[in-house]
Amino acid sequence: MKIFTLIPVLFVGALLLYAAKDFPEWGSPSGPASDSPVSSHFIANTGVDTEVPNMVTAVLADYRGFDTMFETVVVFIAGMAVIAILKNSGRKKPVRREYEVDAEPDLIVTNTVRLLIPVIQIFAFYVLAHGHVSPGGGFQGGVLMGASFILVALSWDLETALARFPMQWTTIVAGLGIVLYAGIGIFSMFLGGEFLDYAELAKVFPVSREMARYHAMLGVEIGVGLTVTAIMFSLYANLSSEGRLQRGL
Amino acid sequence: MGLALFNTFILLLLVVAAILALRVKDLLTAAVVFAVYSFLMCLLWAEMGAVDVAFTEATVGAGVSTVVMIATIFNLKRKSSD
Repeated sequence: MKIFTLIPVLFVGALLLYAAKDFPEWGSPSGPASDSPVSSHFIANTGVDTEVPNMVTAVLADYRGFDTMFETVVVFIAGMAVIAILKNSGRKKPVRREYEVDAEPDLIVTNTVRLLIPVIQIFAFYVLAHGHVSPGGGFQGGVLMGASFILVALSWDLETALARFPMQWTTIVAGLGIVLYAGIGIFSMFLGGEFLDYAELAKVFPVSREMARYHAMLGVEIGVGLTVTAIMFSLYANLSSEGRLQRGL
Repeated sequence: MGLALFNTFILLLLVVAAILALRVKDLLTAAVVFAVYSFLMCLLWAEMGAVDVAFTEATVGAGVSTVVMIATIFNLKRKSSD
């Protein structure tokens, strides 16, 4: 049987390698990535339109903000789906799992984590707030923030982490992030622009139209960060305990 | 020259990691090899100048998704049946 699957795999692999020859050279100025009018438009106008030095953030949060909003909704739906599936289908009583040990949280591990967590969380805020200037943004900052709560759950136990970030809060915070994102969009719609047309916010805030887009992007990134933080932690908490939310790993 | 050598080395390691992740019987090892794969991809992207993508790969691919996979494996059987 395996030999029959190997033949199409080799054939498709050879076909892909053959097609890869047609790719333009990496970074070539005549390649479609550099040559298209879209990329030259963004390279020329991002700094003028929004005053954001990091073009990636400007494209993600402003030019294609509608797309990013629904990406955040997808993350939210994934978290809700895991909760919905595991809520009633997991084993009600915890069974003793393979390789499970009953040990107190290790002294060296917990004390190292105690030192690490504040650094990770401050770095997460930095990544979120500095996403306009350097690589990063709401998604990466949110994942880092969620990872710090997962680290608490890994080194102590799930109850300790859930005492700091209860499961009801994760759902509320995740929803709040999307409401913040869509709220900024609807607010700019009420001010006379289109949905997510941040420049209109200059009518109520004492900033120029360019800086209004700059600051609204930060608001939107905070919304993404809230949702991603909450969903990452809730995914871990539910998956590690089969939805019982007791005794994770 | 140096960069081409670096890329070739990383790409070879990627192939090794991909085959290893499929071949190992222990799913926990497979999850860790996936993390290695993600981290190698992250290095490649950083080298190509796509730092935002590399950052996402390092946090999501090598970080959180490995933890989520291990959390799932811990509640299932650790040995792969095929």
